[in-house]
Amino acid sequence: MLRPFIDKVVTANDLREGDVVYLTETNNWTRHLSEAEVLQDEATAKARLTAGSGDVLKIIGAYLADVTAAETGPEPRHFREEFRRTGPSNYFHGKQESAENV
Amino acid sequence: MYKYTQFDADFVRQRNAQFRAQIERRLNGSLTEDEFKPLRLMNGLYLQLHAYMLRVAIPYGTLNGGQMRQLAMIAERWDKGYGHFTTRQNIQFNWPKLPDVADILDALGDVEMHAIQTSGNTIRNVTADHFAGAAADELEDPRPYAELIRQWSTDHPEFQFLPRKFKIALSGSPRDRAVTRAHDIGLRMVKRQGVIGFEVIVGGGLGRTPMIGKVIREFIPPAELLPYLEAIVSVWNLLGRRDNKYKARIKITVHEHGIDKIKALVEERFALLRDSFQGNDQRLLEQIRTGFAPPDFKTGPLKTFEQRYGFDRVFRDWVDTNTHPHRNNAYAIVSISLKTPGKTPGDASAEQMRVMADIAELYGHDELRVSHEQNLILPHVHKSDLEAVHKAMQGAGLGTANIGLISDIIACPGMDYCALATARSIPIAQEIATHFDALKAEHDIGVLKVKISGCINACGHHHIGHIGILGLDRAGVENYQITLGGDATETAAIGDRAGPGFSADEIVPAIDRLVAAYLTHRIDASEIFLQTYRRVGLAPFKQALYPTAARGKQANAA
Repeated sequence: MLRPFIDKVVTANDLREGDVVYLTETNNWTRHLSEAEVLQDEATAKARLTAGSGDVLKIIGAYLADVTAAETGPEPRHFREEFRRTGPSNYFHGKQESAENV
Repeated sequence: MYKYTQFDADFVRQRNAQFRAQIERRLNGSLTEDEFKPLRLMNGLYLQLHAYMLRVAIPYGTLNGGQMRQLAMIAERWDKGYGHFTTRQNIQFNWPKLPDVADILDALGDVEMHAIQTSGNTIRNVTADHFAGAAADELEDPRPYAELIRQWSTDHPEFQFLPRKFKIALSGSPRDRAVTRAHDIGLRMVKRQGVIGFEVIVGGGLGRTPMIGKVIREFIPPAELLPYLEAIVSVWNLLGRRDNKYKARIKITVHEHGIDKIKALVEERFALLRDSFQGNDQRLLEQIRTGFAPPDFKTGPLKTFEQRYGFDRVFRDWVDTNTHPHRNNAYAIVSISLKTPGKTPGDASAEQMRVMADIAELYGHDELRVSHEQNLILPHVHKSDLEAVHKAMQGAGLGTANIGLISDIIACPGMDYCALATARSIPIAQEIATHFDALKAEHDIGVLKVKISGCINACGHHHIGHIGILGLDRAGVENYQITLGGDATETAAIGDRAGPGFSADEIVPAIDRLVAAYLTHRIDASEIFLQTYRRVGLAPFKQALYPTAARGKQANAA
């Protein structure tokens, strides 16, 4: 049986700073998961990953991450992605440093 | 300390200039990431979860005050004001930006440091006993040999594309503080008929297939050390599996072919190589040795120290716990704990680095060491200076008296930073340490090595912890597996898996139950956790960990 498709976002790290970024509908990279384009089927997800991966002067290591759609925007489904969009738990560093980034 | 020769300085500068140009070409698109990645890795630059990470080598764990101060400067100028000391005597900066990395490497070069071969499939940073050159129980300082190996292995043309990474550790003492049995090659100094040489151990390692190394040569004289090492690496370079990275390490090669076959091949190769060195390595070794001359030990009265030790309990606890016997009776080896309960194991702020640099220069013959247990060491402190050192450490949050105790935990960065991690390590270490600190029980519990890794690659050495904790991802939830009875020393052992894992919430109570079981079963306070475990076995600890399962079994039996 075909498993139902889980929504995805394209995520990567910024080439210069290493910070976590997400692909938007307008082909930009945002630091905020809430602004990421949510991909709702396999074919679109693949196509958007290919498009995003080609942005080699801006990002590194693009891949698809599972999300759940919510009113405030996509939410991570796995704790690894939760850490990526927040920052480490031992220091108030990374995205959480500026609250509006979360 | 060893000082760079003009050749060393030029080599590092040239390498940095090359990498600077490579970074520029990556940023302007002349190099793809696939082309750039091996180049950045051979210069110690990783991409982690939130940022790049730069791993800087501290060869055989030795650095001076000036170098430590430069690390502090780098931490503040290009990072977030701290650095993380690792289990392989490196320091990692967690937040460098790619365009800054060349400047950071130049700043390191200014103080004779580098990040070369701290990653990639090469011979990595050569590590050594952190008490080298100071320990009372040592035969001879192993660091001149470590430096010789570093020079031989750096940019060695045959060994730049090995099947996998390759790690070498040296110990100059019968007490193994360098984990030689869990390295690709471990070198244990031994004495035979009055002559110093090395026992060569091969094929140890942790990771997904933990193995204790096997002796491949019981004695190799120093004059034959390099050709013998070259023979080992060369045999593995051809024989090691490149089809499967999980089977590429030499431990698997030794396991698959058997130590006898590997030994025969190595001896054959060694016979070919031995004469090709023509004594050049020995001449180099003699030059290197001059850089490791013992410091000019001072003399002075110890009366004030003895008085203070007599009436100041806090000072006495710190001396008893954090110092080790020095080969000079008037001196002590001081361990500076980077494990203050609640803090991140192995982290030091720039301010703390500066304090340690000052103390090393004032009271420690300008020498510092990094231990594989993620603490820092002042290897040479005259006992009359211990009080001043302790006071300065306390003032900088570095005075915790917990070396070797349950809160002196090794923890890898885990999923707070590492792209390979499957769970977090740091918060678990923080919780265990603060829990036992609050109970004020750790001195009674005594020596207990807790080691935590956030994935099976085992950077946190969990297999060789008396209590090992391995963080895994179980169906999208962090889960922690416990191993018991591991040992990192000369009596090295891989721990036994205790049973099913625990959730993050359950892990501290589980460790608490293990400790309670130990306190119940130990003969007296002189029997440490590991000894009790070896005497009574896994069963009572398993019962403590899984009381319901044990009850269920009894019920079934009834």
